[in-house]
Amino acid sequence: MRITQGTFSFLPDLSDAQVIGQVDHALGKGWAIGIEYTDDPHPRNTFWEMFGNPMFDVSDAAGVMLELKQCRNTFPDHYIRLTAFDSTHGTESVVLSFIVNRPKAEPGFRLVRTEEQGRTLRYSIESYAVQRSPEGERYGMRQE
Amino acid sequence: MDEDRDSLCQPPAEMPEASAARAMLDQLDAELIGLAPVKGRIRDIAALLLIDRLRAEQGLQSQPPSLHMCFTGNPGTGKTTVAMRMAEVLKQLGYVRKGHLVAVTRDDLVGQFIGHTAPKTREVLKKAMGGVLFIDEAYYLYKPENERDYGQESIEILLQVMENQRDDLVVILAGYKDRMDGFFASNPGMASRIAHHIDFPDYSEAELMLIARLMLTRLNYRFDDGAEPAFARYVSLRRQQPHFANARSIRNALDRIRLRHATRLFSADRRLTREQLCTLQAEDVLASRVFTGAPRQGATT
Repeated sequence: MRITQGTFSFLPDLSDAQVIGQVDHALGKGWAIGIEYTDDPHPRNTFWEMFGNPMFDVSDAAGVMLELKQCRNTFPDHYIRLTAFDSTHGTESVVLSFIVNRPKAEPGFRLVRTEEQGRTLRYSIESYAVQRSPEGERYGMRQE
Repeated sequence: MDEDRDSLCQPPAEMPEASAARAMLDQLDAELIGLAPVKGRIRDIAALLLIDRLRAEQGLQSQPPSLHMCFTGNPGTGKTTVAMRMAEVLKQLGYVRKGHLVAVTRDDLVGQFIGHTAPKTREVLKKAMGGVLFIDEAYYLYKPENERDYGQESIEILLQVMENQRDDLVVILAGYKDRMDGFFASNPGMASRIAHHIDFPDYSEAELMLIARLMLTRLNYRFDDGAEPAFARYVSLRRQQPHFANARSIRNALDRIRLRHATRLFSADRRLTREQLCTLQAEDVLASRVFTGAPRQGATT
């Protein structure tokens, strides 16, 4: 099951040229780009690991792409997303975020039904990949 | 008629970019004294980039040239100044996208311990993407006396990016001539990836006077009739002495002359005119120790 989230969730994955276009747009607005990765893509898991520091002083998309390439080499089978942080007073939050890398195989989620008192059912979802293996080995072996 | 049919493209001099480039070169001429070989090279590069654009329009092969440069020259010949301008120039010619300059030295590139250098160098490269990376005193990157020095690691990363991302980044190395020659001799990979080796000549006395005048005009000062020949004498004497650093020495001398000028005015008990505040007199210049022939210790008056 192809997981989607973030700004362009309804589109096919962006090509590198399209990513560069988005990064240019974000840098033009003065937003700082950050790179985050995870292998626990549960929709409620909003805090992914940062790959390096947020790039507050990078002024060109090539610098971001250099870092992204590095991240893809390190975590080829992780989800990687770019975030753009707007530091304007009053906003000070991530204003753009989209997935730029995903594992080759995405087993998807299982619907978990929890029975409660009086025939009540509580629903939750659980990732097959997360259930299957510990962190770092969920979508293929970690490549150090 | 044949000629008309063949000439598909407009004359290069009439391109809109050409006039922008010419304006920029004129400005460079006005603001930088001397440095003929440097300006010549910048003009060549500007011409190549414009012609390349015409070739691209005609569907001819046009590969962006490699613009990594090495500036060598004695202290104070304007290497850093030109590097700063180079970023702007390349931006206006459309060769680099952002046109900012990231000036670094060994400390910013080389780490303290194993595994520290690569991230540090990469961080700097990331910052410089789309602009110009200026490495001052680049020969410090390589320390032949210590084979376990991390500088080599930094050089390798630099080389890789210089080769693979020529469109994204221009690297300028700067340093004194003899030491840079030594650096290139021990790093042939670096030497061959740098297309432009530009040597900054020492300034002549006339050029130094022009520089002094330009510096003073920018600070809203001027020499009076007596001070100008006195300063010319100062320059010719100072040039003979050790530790002469071209324009930098001139700037320091002017700073000290301004100090003496201020002290002289401060002791006056009359109201000062605007004229007095701007005018440097011969006595301000002649008080310098250069004229008394006193033995010098390092960089003093």
